[in-house]
Amino acid sequence: MKSAVIVFPGSNCDRDMAVALEKITGQKPIMVWHQEYDFDKVDFIALPGGFSYGDYLRCGAMSARSHIMKEVIKRAEAGVPTFGVCNGFQILTETGLLPGALMRNAGLHFVCKDVKMTVENADTMFTNAYAAGEEITIPVAHHDGNYFADTDTLDRMEGEGQVAFRYAEDINGAQRRIAGITNAKGNVLGMMPHPERMIEPALGGSDGRKLFESVMNRLG
Amino acid sequence: MKARIHVTLKNGVLDPQGKAIEHALGNMGFDGVEAARQGKYIELDLKSTDRAAAEKEVDEMCRKLLANTVIENYSIELE
Repeated sequence: MKSAVIVFPGSNCDRDMAVALEKITGQKPIMVWHQEYDFDKVDFIALPGGFSYGDYLRCGAMSARSHIMKEVIKRAEAGVPTFGVCNGFQILTETGLLPGALMRNAGLHFVCKDVKMTVENADTMFTNAYAAGEEITIPVAHHDGNYFADTDTLDRMEGEGQVAFRYAEDINGAQRRIAGITNAKGNVLGMMPHPERMIEPALGGSDGRKLFESVMNRLG
Repeated sequence: MKARIHVTLKNGVLDPQGKAIEHALGNMGFDGVEAARQGKYIELDLKSTDRAAAEKEVDEMCRKLLANTVIENYSIELE
């Protein structure tokens, strides 16, 4: 599986993502700088965590309008599996590829800890290696992970299985404890927790590994 | 021409920072504050001298970048 990690000024989980992808897929991903306009054809695009552009204006707002994102949006709309973690999730909502928005945590604190969450939909290309309802532990580290969408949007997403992951307990005020969502087509996933930081026992657990394995299963 | 833009959270969207301000003011003894909402103020110096064109352009800037219309409203004043 060929993959790309998009790097913005202020990304700080790009290397974690690259290590996880290389270890699991056996292929080193290409690292693509935000000022590029194009990159090699890949099977998987990852938008890493961090504080791109210093979170100026809104988290992910500047990155979503960068040169490279025009190309990422084009490919995501054409069906290329696209995965945003933390700041990457914020960027995906800012581009409109995913519905809703990520706001300041309701408790106003930066939340940095391992959290339990459940796999709500195990039929997606990102979750098929998990069991439906499986409880997994993945770390979060964010200040703006409070997922918001209007009630109609939330109901529609729940109905169509777009809620991929849900926190076991409220940690940031997110509507319906939503931790991760896909787009309607199912090829774009955004989530606040960091599965790339939980890929082997040395890191404290390997619950994040199956997410990458799911994509490999699906791509064959 | 100057554009003054206010970006505010939509009604019904929880504003934790506004809540914190409200509580702080209450703690300081300002009992008269019923609610606080926090927003952003953006000022632009525009080349344009055509008011209608400027209004249209700034509105587009707000929709495309300055505000996230999923959660925010904006208002524009030109002078």
